[in-house]
Amino acid sequence: MNEEIKSFTISIYTENHIGLLNRISAIFQRRHINIESLTTSQSEIEGVNRFVIVVNMTETNTVKIVKQIEKQVETIRAYYHEEEDTIFTESCMFKIKSDLLFNEPQIQNIIKESSARIVTVNKEFFVLEKSGRRNEIESLRRDLNVFGIMQFVRSGRIAVTKEQMKITEMLTAFNNQ
Amino acid sequence: MKTQTVNKTQVAEKTQRIAGSEAIVRSLMAEGVDILYGYPGGAIMPVYDELYKFKDQIHHVLTRHEQGAAHAAQGYARISGKVGVAMATSGPGATNLITGIADAQIDSTPIVCITGQVPSHLLGSDAFQETDIVGISTPVTKWNCQVTKSEDIPEAIAKAFYIAKSGRPGPVLVDITKDAQFGELDFKYEKCKGVRSYIPIPKTDPETINAASELINNAKKPMIVWGQGVILGKAEAELKAVIEKAGIPAAWTILGASALPTSHPLNIGMVGMHGNYAPNKLTNECDVLIAIGMRFDDRVTGSLDTYAKQAKIIHFDIDPAEIDKNVKTDVAVLGNSKESLALLFDALNKNTHDSWLQEFKDLYAIEFEKVIQGDINPTKEGLTMGEVIKQINIESKGNAAIVSDVGQHQMIACRYADFNVTKSNITSGGLGTMGFALPAAIGAKMAAPEREVVAVIGDGGYQMNIQELGTIFQQKAAVKIVVLNNEFLGMVRQWQQLFFDKRYASTEMTNPNFVAIAEGYYIKAKKVTKREELADAVKEMMASEESYFLEVCVEKEGNVFPMIPSGASVSDVRLS
Repeated sequence: MNEEIKSFTISIYTENHIGLLNRISAIFQRRHINIESLTTSQSEIEGVNRFVIVVNMTETNTVKIVKQIEKQVETIRAYYHEEEDTIFTESCMFKIKSDLLFNEPQIQNIIKESSARIVTVNKEFFVLEKSGRRNEIESLRRDLNVFGIMQFVRSGRIAVTKEQMKITEMLTAFNNQ
Repeated sequence: MKTQTVNKTQVAEKTQRIAGSEAIVRSLMAEGVDILYGYPGGAIMPVYDELYKFKDQIHHVLTRHEQGAAHAAQGYARISGKVGVAMATSGPGATNLITGIADAQIDSTPIVCITGQVPSHLLGSDAFQETDIVGISTPVTKWNCQVTKSEDIPEAIAKAFYIAKSGRPGPVLVDITKDAQFGELDFKYEKCKGVRSYIPIPKTDPETINAASELINNAKKPMIVWGQGVILGKAEAELKAVIEKAGIPAAWTILGASALPTSHPLNIGMVGMHGNYAPNKLTNECDVLIAIGMRFDDRVTGSLDTYAKQAKIIHFDIDPAEIDKNVKTDVAVLGNSKESLALLFDALNKNTHDSWLQEFKDLYAIEFEKVIQGDINPTKEGLTMGEVIKQINIESKGNAAIVSDVGQHQMIACRYADFNVTKSNITSGGLGTMGFALPAAIGAKMAAPEREVVAVIGDGGYQMNIQELGTIFQQKAAVKIVVLNNEFLGMVRQWQQLFFDKRYASTEMTNPNFVAIAEGYYIKAKKVTKREELADAVKEMMASEESYFLEVCVEKEGNVFPMIPSGASVSDVRLS
């Protein structure tokens, strides 16, 4: 009866309230769930924030956590989805010594093939930016690591769902009450 | 142009330019608050200055510790169904409220806590008596917020009261900086009628009522376990109607006690670790288990792997997060218990389950012989806790509110107290907070002065908030206090005896002269050590118009049975 642990993307629509991040992260902390990634931003609705949280856990526990998140007064709605029900991406940046760009011609090929973008170049360093799936970013990092990376940073996952969210309808229904 | 002028005049009539501190007091009064409990200090002083001005309209009770204020607000809320209010200063004042807030959170008690905070320009600077109380209280509040601008005060307080009492109730904390208290605003109070991100009562799907009634109508051995959701939803009459119509034996969780009179023929007693033998045992015999406004706490279910596996489970609850949290349900009925039980009533067939009910009676007879008889009619030398509760029943005729603390005496009080009236069992259930009862009894008595309020406390828990005797004395709160003194932390000692080979680590207590302490606070006091003194002493206490302290020295190593050992199955409930 050991339930499979899977990757779930939890999407949360919330009011923009100070302290809500604490309230939500505490729900994961209590159950010792490690958050794989968390991003928060403005959503499609003015004044409404959206959290995208990626966790690895069983579906049973995901359901319980999503309900406990939704129970928070300032959560408008919370959903969970499996990977195939979302369209997602991550982005990353590399800071690399500029000399390498000229001394190691292979780097130019790597950049080209990975469809990474050069954000800036100066005498000392250049900065690469790439969006995509984790495996693509990882493979680029491995390729560049051979030559030396001054700085690397990767964002959390952002995702939109294939399913319709109907948040606007919910809020309109409240306003019409 | 003309309409605009009219509007302006109306607004001018309704608003008043006042200080934030006055707005706090006026907002509380607008919410119908007549009593609040608290303790002053630097960051809340402007509000206390206003309370002084309004003392004819709103009564501030000075407790002797902020924890006492929080528990008193809880006692007030639990007996009245209204929102209890506690107030404290920043820093230690605020952190001292936390235990009461956590208790209110897990027991769904509506309280609003107002805390003072250092001026906003000092926030985050480790100022004197600054603490991040919003951060600290987040995991144990239903909602909280910090107000740094005077003009935000009325709306924050309105929202706090709305959230505390709506849906599944809970504690709310509003932290208000001192500059917001000093600043001025145009005051106009509007009660909160809704928060767009919050659905307090989920809609009841009629299909779920149909599914539930079909299971119940076809059940041979249905059993109800109800919890505090019945009391919070004011659904006592609906519960009674349902069980009578369908003839269903009904048991209660500790916080559900008193929703149905103890004497009701279908009331089969308490479930859980120290609940009654029959409902625990027969949880694993019933064919349909109907849970109403309860949350399948581990103290109720024992091991989940062996809990009611044979039964179809129907769960009525207002909180969707409780559904399938611990026990997987076959039918979940969301909504307010008052409405959903009324719908269920209409869909149920008239029925009786006499032979099934007889099974409960047969097991009760066994429990009576092996446990209850010895508890309430003992012949052995030492006084028992059970016989004290029995004497209280005789004098109260089942009409008293019993406020219990945590431990052996609590289990005995809940098992043996007679309840005729709802909201009469006030105790710390989920959190198990020792020290709860004395201050909670103060709040209960002040909220319902017409009721007899008896605090039943162990010698351990009593000393956790014993300072509140000062509040009882100052307020002339006619609380009756019974300390069942076994000179042990009895419940822990019982576990040490049963599971740790009688290694009584730090559970024996050398106690002070409790009578002298009570008398030091000018409270009438008596100590009973012999059985023949008990009846008269309880009678004298109950007849007293004023507060009264009664210490009963009970047997030192008495145990509470039945007992489901931690992690065992409800079927394995032990009688000895």
